[in-house]
Amino acid sequence: MNMNVITPPHLKWPADADYTAVPYSVFNSREVYDLEQAKIHNGPTWNYLSTEAELPEKGSFKSTYIGDTPVVVTRGQDNEIYAWVNRCAHRGAEICRERHGKSEDGAYTCVYHQWAFDAKGDLRGVPFQRGLAGKGGMPKDFDKEQHSLRKVRVVNHLGVIFGTFSDETPDIESYMGEDIAYHFKRILKAPIEVIGHTRQYIAGNWKFYSENTKDPYHASLLHLFHPTFGIYRASLGGGSLVNNDVHSVLWVENSKEDESKLSDAKSDNTRTYQEGTYQLADMSLLAGAKEFDDDTSTVIFSLFPSLVVHQIQNTLAFRQILPKNENEFELVWTFFGYTDDTEELRNIRLKQLNLVGPAGLISMEDGESTELCQKAIVRDGNYSNVLEMGGVGTGTDDHFVTEGAIRSLWKGYRKLMDV
Amino acid sequence: MTNTGVDLELKNEVDELLNAYIQCIDDDDLERWPDFFTEKCLYQVIPRENHEMGLPTAVMWCDSHGMLQDRITALRHANVYQVQWYRHVTSNPVISTGDGDTIKVQSNYAVFKTCNDGESTVYNVGRYVDVIVRENGVLKFKERTAIYDTHRITTLMVIPI
Repeated sequence: MNMNVITPPHLKWPADADYTAVPYSVFNSREVYDLEQAKIHNGPTWNYLSTEAELPEKGSFKSTYIGDTPVVVTRGQDNEIYAWVNRCAHRGAEICRERHGKSEDGAYTCVYHQWAFDAKGDLRGVPFQRGLAGKGGMPKDFDKEQHSLRKVRVVNHLGVIFGTFSDETPDIESYMGEDIAYHFKRILKAPIEVIGHTRQYIAGNWKFYSENTKDPYHASLLHLFHPTFGIYRASLGGGSLVNNDVHSVLWVENSKEDESKLSDAKSDNTRTYQEGTYQLADMSLLAGAKEFDDDTSTVIFSLFPSLVVHQIQNTLAFRQILPKNENEFELVWTFFGYTDDTEELRNIRLKQLNLVGPAGLISMEDGESTELCQKAIVRDGNYSNVLEMGGVGTGTDDHFVTEGAIRSLWKGYRKLMDV
Repeated sequence: MTNTGVDLELKNEVDELLNAYIQCIDDDDLERWPDFFTEKCLYQVIPRENHEMGLPTAVMWCDSHGMLQDRITALRHANVYQVQWYRHVTSNPVISTGDGDTIKVQSNYAVFKTCNDGESTVYNVGRYVDVIVRENGVLKFKERTAIYDTHRITTLMVIPI
């Protein structure tokens, strides 16, 4: 791997031992951003690329990114999944110019000089390699095998494709840790079917979003949909789990008692609600279907650095975090159901998509909060935030009033970054 | 069939509905917005990429007058977002079926968004595909689908298109 050597920037970590303070310069420095691309996204991490369902046939391909590096994922003629950097080995032009599709002949040809590559990223054809009428052409010793595209190591984990640039990245289940592996198995209990994508562009540093998805403390304070409509949410269980520092699970559990009250409320078409709040005119939005063997109504788990997976009621999604620069990232949502969904369940999912995503009634504010932070941290790079909710340690908590998973993220981040 | 052959009076009526709809939103008169739809209706805002692939995921998807109302109640009282104004510009309405009972119309739209910093940006561009019916003598949307080209939504979407 040819990676420019970058000197770690000077970062002042006020709480050196317990990760309770993070200097703002990690969120707005180009130097830090470039180092992240080298040490994290190009480093020993697994990055989400696609679902296998989006690559259904030999010749299927999809364009995406690892960090900000453009990558194409393909299904070869041998039915295996491959990925490579979308940059011609000749003069650096973008090869694949479509978001997704099918290469009928299995070739990926750069339009500039028509150098042709196969699904594995190996160079197959160079026009005029031997010259024309005895003139020109590549040197006699030009070896096509030495000019493959920059290849990405991929793994297909239960129908989800991950990629890494590093040979040092451990196998995917060790990388995840036990709880993340459990939740992958739980949510991928049956073959999935992608039901659509939505995309959001957010003027904030990508790590503010990582923090957000590890932060159970903000849920009831920023997202006011449930309290505003007086939707019965008392005595919910749940908490946050941490695996390998940087990955986390947030989950919410309805107790059995709540379930019964909820169904009573549904059957007589009323809700417990407090004075001064509002009622939904159409309760069908919240009429869900039980589809897992547990009482978990919400689980949001993240596989650092690029993926957040969620089940929020009956909505299921992969959220891919794509950093664009130190101030901006894109969030690509891939919503899915299972191939054996009943029509009724599929309709419930579609209706509940109103709750999540870029226009999500429950959680549209997450992009907003990220931008609020980005706007305000300009200039004071040596100032820092305060991450002391739930104590000063890292790790797992069985409640929502904690920032433990965020502190763990910074512990793992500093290790990966060596800063 | 195109506008040719459509009764001029009907064409004027359809224009009036399309114009009144966007003025309602741009004037922040959103409590009136659900009344442009029939009781049982379908309003969706769907990215063009999903529409073209036959995938149903929409960012807003309401199949009743009540769900439209709930969008506005949430916008007024629950959701958190920065001050913003929409300005819709619509054009090219083409009526493809106009037998007087059910009218199918497609038109283009562009929504400019302006926030507190004063910059106006092209926020969402696309087309409306409508099924309009007459209810108690008044034209209403039975279906309104905003298929948006600008499939990368900036920050969030809270105000309907």
